[in-house]
Amino acid sequence: MTWLLVALGAGVGAPSRYLLDRAVQSWHRTLFPWGTVAVNVLASLVLGLLTGAAGSVNPDFAVLAGAGFCGALSTYSAFSYETLRLAERGARWQAVLNVLLSLAAGIGAGVLGWWLGAALG
Amino acid sequence: MPDQPVPEVYRPTHPGARVDIDPEVQSPDLAAGGPTRPVLAAVALGGILGAEARYGAGRALTHPADGFPWSTLAINVTGCLLIGVLMAILQRLPRPHRLARPFFGTGILGGYTTYSTFAVEVQQLVRAHRAGTAAGYLAATVVGCAAAVWLATAVTVRAWDRYRGAAA
Repeated sequence: MTWLLVALGAGVGAPSRYLLDRAVQSWHRTLFPWGTVAVNVLASLVLGLLTGAAGSVNPDFAVLAGAGFCGALSTYSAFSYETLRLAERGARWQAVLNVLLSLAAGIGAGVLGWWLGAALG
Repeated sequence: MPDQPVPEVYRPTHPGARVDIDPEVQSPDLAAGGPTRPVLAAVALGGILGAEARYGAGRALTHPADGFPWSTLAINVTGCLLIGVLMAILQRLPRPHRLARPFFGTGILGGYTTYSTFAVEVQQLVRAHRAGTAAGYLAATVVGCAAAVWLATAVTVRAWDRYRGAAA
């Protein structure tokens, strides 16, 4: 049964990533992949929240929202690909910034979400 | 004309970006306007398939809560290998199907790889006083995934050129 919950979450998460990434990328005219940073930070915040509140979250909902929605909303392949593309384009400092910003903001969002979840849960 | 290699792989394909750098959004489909239903359906279907593969792999390769998250590392590295292969092929095909990139790249590989699990696992390791494991996991993921994209791209481009050279 859990595979169905994963499918439901991912069926919403993946198109949400596409639409949000696309919207963010249309707001600026730089090379920088702000769209991917945004979806990864958002997904890390929500997954941190679910993990922090794990004790009081329905396990089925945790699979749907965690493994399904957050997993499909976030992406590592695009992040890595874009970092290499930036470096190849000669935008090396932007490639470095992409890694540092994604790590700091993504893990920071996970920590913040966890604290919120633990406080609320 | 279709046999000519694409000279500039970073073609701008939608008005929001000058350069095609994001495998997620600059599908040639977007040049025409907003997201279409077939593209969204391809992303959703691919995303479901990728997420199921990730979920299955995570269930098969379990690790203790304070142990090294090998399953997520393996998922993200293999996903990065595949995005390197996929993007190199799509950039070399004269006319790739307009749903190929949304389905395989944005959908399957985007749904398969995960940043949120990586970020929360790092946080959980630090919380469990396993800062060394957290740092090792972080470094292995960042370096391993970047190396995977680079290697897969290089090997695919070489294999493609050799095959094309032999076919010509």
